[in-house]
Amino acid sequence: MSNLALLALLLVVMALAYQLGLTRSRAVAANRDVRMHSRPGYYGVLVALWCGLPALALFVLWSLLAPQLIDALVTQQLPPELVASLSQRELDVFLRRAATLAAGGSVAGGASPEELTAAAYINRLSTLENLILVALMAVFAVAGLVYARRRISPRLRARNQVERVITFALASSSAIAICTTVGIVLSMLGEAIKFFTFISPAEFFFGTTWNPRFSSSGSSAQGEFGLLPLLWGTLMVSAIALLVAIPVGLMTAIYMAEYAPAWLRNVAKPIIEILAGIPTIVYGFFALIVIGPFLSSLGDLIGINIRTTSALTAGLVMGIMIIPFVSSLSDDIITQVPKSLRDGALGLGATKSETIRQVVLPAALPGIVGAFLLAASRAIGETMIVVLAAGNNPVLHANPFEAVSTITVTIVNQLTGDMDFASPQSLVAFALGLTLFVITLCLNVIALVVVRKYRQQYE
Amino acid sequence: MSMTIEQRRQHRLSTIEKSLARRHSKEKRFRFMGLAAIVTGMTLVAILFASILMRGVPAFWQATFTLEVYMDPEVIQLDARPVRQSGESQADFETRLQSWQTQVGLVNWQSLLDSALEHALGEEVESRQLRDLRALIASNERFALRDRFLADPNLLGQRVETKLLADANVDVWLKGNIDRNLPDARQQLSPQTRAWADRLYAEGVIQNAFSTSLFLNSDSRSSAASAGLAGAFMGSLFMMLIVILLSVPLGVASAIYLEEFAPKNRITDLIEININNLAAVPSIVFGLLGASIFIGYLGLPISAPLVGGLVLTLMTLPTIIIATRASLRSIPPSVRQAALGIGASRVQTVFHHVLPLALPGILTGSILGVAQALGETAPLLLIGMNAFVANVPGTPLDQSTALPVQIYLWQGNELRNFFEARTSAAIIVLLALMLSLNALAIWLRKKFETRW
Repeated sequence: MSNLALLALLLVVMALAYQLGLTRSRAVAANRDVRMHSRPGYYGVLVALWCGLPALALFVLWSLLAPQLIDALVTQQLPPELVASLSQRELDVFLRRAATLAAGGSVAGGASPEELTAAAYINRLSTLENLILVALMAVFAVAGLVYARRRISPRLRARNQVERVITFALASSSAIAICTTVGIVLSMLGEAIKFFTFISPAEFFFGTTWNPRFSSSGSSAQGEFGLLPLLWGTLMVSAIALLVAIPVGLMTAIYMAEYAPAWLRNVAKPIIEILAGIPTIVYGFFALIVIGPFLSSLGDLIGINIRTTSALTAGLVMGIMIIPFVSSLSDDIITQVPKSLRDGALGLGATKSETIRQVVLPAALPGIVGAFLLAASRAIGETMIVVLAAGNNPVLHANPFEAVSTITVTIVNQLTGDMDFASPQSLVAFALGLTLFVITLCLNVIALVVVRKYRQQYE
Repeated sequence: MSMTIEQRRQHRLSTIEKSLARRHSKEKRFRFMGLAAIVTGMTLVAILFASILMRGVPAFWQATFTLEVYMDPEVIQLDARPVRQSGESQADFETRLQSWQTQVGLVNWQSLLDSALEHALGEEVESRQLRDLRALIASNERFALRDRFLADPNLLGQRVETKLLADANVDVWLKGNIDRNLPDARQQLSPQTRAWADRLYAEGVIQNAFSTSLFLNSDSRSSAASAGLAGAFMGSLFMMLIVILLSVPLGVASAIYLEEFAPKNRITDLIEININNLAAVPSIVFGLLGASIFIGYLGLPISAPLVGGLVLTLMTLPTIIIATRASLRSIPPSVRQAALGIGASRVQTVFHHVLPLALPGILTGSILGVAQALGETAPLLLIGMNAFVANVPGTPLDQSTALPVQIYLWQGNELRNFFEARTSAAIIVLLALMLSLNALAIWLRKKFETRW
């Protein structure tokens, strides 16, 4: 029986158990003419949980263990001299080929007699294994059902028990967020450490040349993996982006919060929100076909050589992308400044702009700085715009009209299409990813703490 | 020498007036800067939309032939499709089916198109010009013709009016997307083909007609004119289903726990910071996570929507958690106190009273999160979803691309003149999907917005 069908069947049985528990609790209540502790539904759910959860746990455990058990049994069944002649790796390959044969597929180079025997054995085993699983799950489900159903009595605190299960489920789903972070850190650390066995960390972090030769080029040298050109490119593009986004975004926020009539706010706010949702690949394409050529011809006009794909193109479009981000964050923060501060300043005779510049902005400064930091972290981690529009030229130079490369672009270049995690050329992506993660993490945490402090100040 | 009181008063007044004038003009300038910022932002966005619409909308109309194709019995020499007879074994039937399929493959469908074109041109085409002739029609169209015949074998011997897509280069030529004055060496089409195309266009055999190929076909390498988004759309659909099925329940559950049940201590503080931080982690980092754990460690297939869906789920979770928490927080404590006061348990309070009230906000946040996942490209590149896939995926385990990745692939296509418009059209489709999701979210919020 396929796993999906098995789980569906389990669900059906659980529904049945719910009904059984429900009727049973009603019967108990009617027969003895007593007040039950919980409402009938809770008894139903409790029975269903008792019926389903142990069987489900068994299923999960079984799915994890059974393949290894089968492998072990098949290995035992093989002629000992064959096993002795194979290395662990070859044995794994052998087992995988046999499993493919057992599933009805064909293997490269034709099947050997031993493989065919093993495949037949695997087939028998997996039929048996499936039968045992179904039988065991049935036993668990029925046992749980009967046990829980017999426990139904007026004194059984069914609601509390069900609620405990629910709370546990809620708590474990909030643990997933933690697991994600741990997963990110562990996976990247693991692969990055592998990378550092090829290249020393000093060479990576302080190297000024980026030239990872792919092994296909025939040279045995590993190439040079200097982070600095990439980091420099990232910072240059991000700085240009912030130079565009911060003035425009901040002024937009100020105008929206302080000057704009209600109707303008009502129209402009949703538009800005929608803008924030435009995929970055769209901005990247826009940079490539509109902004790049435009800047390039503008450069020709005033006699500067601007490349179509350059730090300027990418930075400018990235700036456009973060304008809504900066403005909506700043808007939230500016509107949180208490009205009394404004009234005080206005009462002393300050004009509106003086109030904003000398009272509101200084009061909101920590929060606004936090917003800028979040924007910076976003600019540093942005990928598609720079992939399309920055030109991919990992060289240290200070000319924004030239092509650059960034950390994110290089991650994409080093890892796309190639899933071989053994060469430094692809492992370097994880070292870069770790660097990126640490940089953005620092920015984010500082920003979050600053914004939080700021919020508390006016609460 | 001392001024009279009146003089001093005048002096002070004029100073104040001067400074007031200065301050008011400063005020005006400041206000103008704010307005200018908004106008700048809006203008840039208008330019973005205008440039994409201008390039993309024409791509929905493609140069299309209307030809009378003669289903020549001499060319189509084909038995009826075998039907399994009673008493025939499966293997025998499959052998017969296979030989029939070989027969289908041997039919020269291209020659049907050739003679239909000759007929339309009204001249005999010499065999050395056959290449030029065949450059007119998109190469996949012969299979469209084959499928049409197989669907209705009664067409044999009839003249059938058929709509056929012109080749991508013909489309580019007729739309003027390539400079017509370029020397022959730099043109994609031979002078003969160009002349034919112009003539047929003038005669109305080729028309610019709305084409469904962008929506119904999947990507194609050999026949650019019929490359479509169907495969990428299905891939995105599978991923969105996985994201909705996983991230919405998990996100809502953890938000409920953190907001309503968790004790306020260091651990929940840590979880909170962690979630806020995860929401700001660059999306490409999630791609690295997927490549290393889902593909490298768990051995899930490369390029599968399943892996993409899982990666996007992890990426969307924090967004949904944060939105749900905000929505739960906006429900006034009095609702909870009332429920608790009349004896409801905490679980009952949350699930019977708080959650239903917070549902619109949760829904809005979830839709926005899913829309964000729909437009995400970078992490998908790292898990191999940028491979060329010619089939529409049937299950979440098949190879597939996604809409944004298809845009990425098309923008890099060598046939620049054709794919610039095609990419813009794909972007229009993606934006239409995303904007309608966003608009739905905003509408929901407006409709159910409650001020407590």
